[in-house]
Amino acid sequence: MSTRTRPLSFRYVAARTPYWVFTTALAVLFVFPLIWTGVSSVSPHPGTNQVNGWGFGNYITLANYQAGIGIYILNTAIVSGLTVLLTLVVSTLGGYAFARFRFVGRNALFLLTLAILMVPYATVLIPLYVILTRVGLQNTLLGVALVLTMFQLPFSTFMMRISFEAVPREMDEAAMVDGCTSFSALWRVLLPAVKPGLITVGLFAFLASWNDFFAPLILITDSRLQTLPLAVANLRGQVQGVVDYGATEAGVVVLALPCIVLFLILQRHYVRGFLSGAFKG
Amino acid sequence: MTVAAPTLRTPPSSGQTLRAPRPRRRGVAGWLYAAPTALFVLLLFILPLLVVGKMSVSNWPLLGGDLGINAPVNYQKAVMNRFFWDSVVFTVKYTVLATVLLIILGLGLALLVQESTRWKSVLRIAFLVPSALGLASASLLFYVLYSPFAGPFSHLLEGTGFSFLGTPDAALGSTLFLIVWRYAGFYMLLMLVGLQNIPDDVYEAARIDGANRMQTFRDITLPLLRPTLALTTVLCVTGSLLAFDQFYILTKGGPDNSTITVVQLIYSVAFQGQNDLGVAGALSVIVLAALVVINIGQIRAFRGRSEV
Repeated sequence: MSTRTRPLSFRYVAARTPYWVFTTALAVLFVFPLIWTGVSSVSPHPGTNQVNGWGFGNYITLANYQAGIGIYILNTAIVSGLTVLLTLVVSTLGGYAFARFRFVGRNALFLLTLAILMVPYATVLIPLYVILTRVGLQNTLLGVALVLTMFQLPFSTFMMRISFEAVPREMDEAAMVDGCTSFSALWRVLLPAVKPGLITVGLFAFLASWNDFFAPLILITDSRLQTLPLAVANLRGQVQGVVDYGATEAGVVVLALPCIVLFLILQRHYVRGFLSGAFKG
Repeated sequence: MTVAAPTLRTPPSSGQTLRAPRPRRRGVAGWLYAAPTALFVLLLFILPLLVVGKMSVSNWPLLGGDLGINAPVNYQKAVMNRFFWDSVVFTVKYTVLATVLLIILGLGLALLVQESTRWKSVLRIAFLVPSALGLASASLLFYVLYSPFAGPFSHLLEGTGFSFLGTPDAALGSTLFLIVWRYAGFYMLLMLVGLQNIPDDVYEAARIDGANRMQTFRDITLPLLRPTLALTTVLCVTGSLLAFDQFYILTKGGPDNSTITVVQLIYSVAFQGQNDLGVAGALSVIVLAALVVINIGQIRAFRGRSEV
């Protein structure tokens, strides 16, 4: 802190230079792979669809890949949209129940929800493949969204519970005295108060579902229903085993850009989500 | 755009939940609100765990379905699988290296950007941006970056015979770099939370007592950071033991099957070639049991030392 008020003397600059060089180098190390991928996805390279000069050849390859990249973006958007919506609804109602009501099995259910964190992905996904096949939800986007929502529940339920608990009880009690039902107290009074929690939960659910690889890899068998991460990973070996690195770079950009933009817009919430006590050991 | 300086927020007082129980009728309403959560947990978590238990003691080919109990054949087959011990050893080795690297670097970065100045906020964002990417996207990105044909270092490496994914050690090192790049910012954030929870007056007292920086770090920061270190270690160990995406995309288990993790083995037994859900189920149960034991052990170890 005190360093900022010190005058910019020669000795000060000389003493701080190694620090600036070191931290700048570190920052570059973290950002370089992203910038490099963005730049080289539009730069010329032999063996890609962008051999001469700069341009969007690689993106054209990507756009025409199999069923067309549009369908994969749409699939991913459907999965993400459903997951975010389901996660928000289930964890809001659940968080409200855990924070404001006493009922038989309350603690057991809460602990079981948290236990989802402790169980390996693969351990649950292989039997889920069998169960979802039985009920006709295997190889559907809804099935993937249901599974991803379940994996989001430990974090989101915890987050919504502490968000509701942070709101003074007097707020909803006053509303109920005025004749609100418990649901209209939730809808009209409490929801606006827990908005930061909702944004954090929604952001996490989106990032997780947009990027998830393992669940669709196991549950989706129809290539027209693939999600974007799966499609880009499969696109590498498209032409006689020769990898089209240019198209892969373009795919990474399409995958990463929405996440990075959203992260930069909402990073205060992302950071606050952690700092608000959710991860206090 | 700056990362907000971490501010200490007191957790909601638990007094609210400990208040006298509400009238009975609220119990029904509580269950109604909790019902969706209960349905998800029951149908998509508890039921699958029961099914995987059944699967692990049954003859259950991928396409044939359940053909009846055959215990303990699947467990024998699982342990006899020619990649079983190799994958266990590799997964443990990877887990130890990844955890040590991420904890040390996460803490180092957190100490570097702890105070809130404008430059440090910029640094914080730079370290955090990779964590917005999915692990699969990050793996694909490094797949190109490490490529001997398209990567930025391909010209430098021409003729040296080195390739990032060419030998088992290089492949492991390259994957670890990818993991550190993707997760270091995330662990930095968790460490920052822990550092924020150490009250300022403790540092103040140490300074008055004439402690130097090293002493302060060793005798104050590290002991008071123990809960955070416990949480980050458990998270990192759990995540690393279940590693899949990075190896599936980046190394495909190669070179020479040297980078096969346990979860990759489960996947390949279930869906690639053998299509044996029984053996995959047995492997899953073994991994689940190992994970529970390891996590209980870790929590005990951290508890014991802090005398909680």
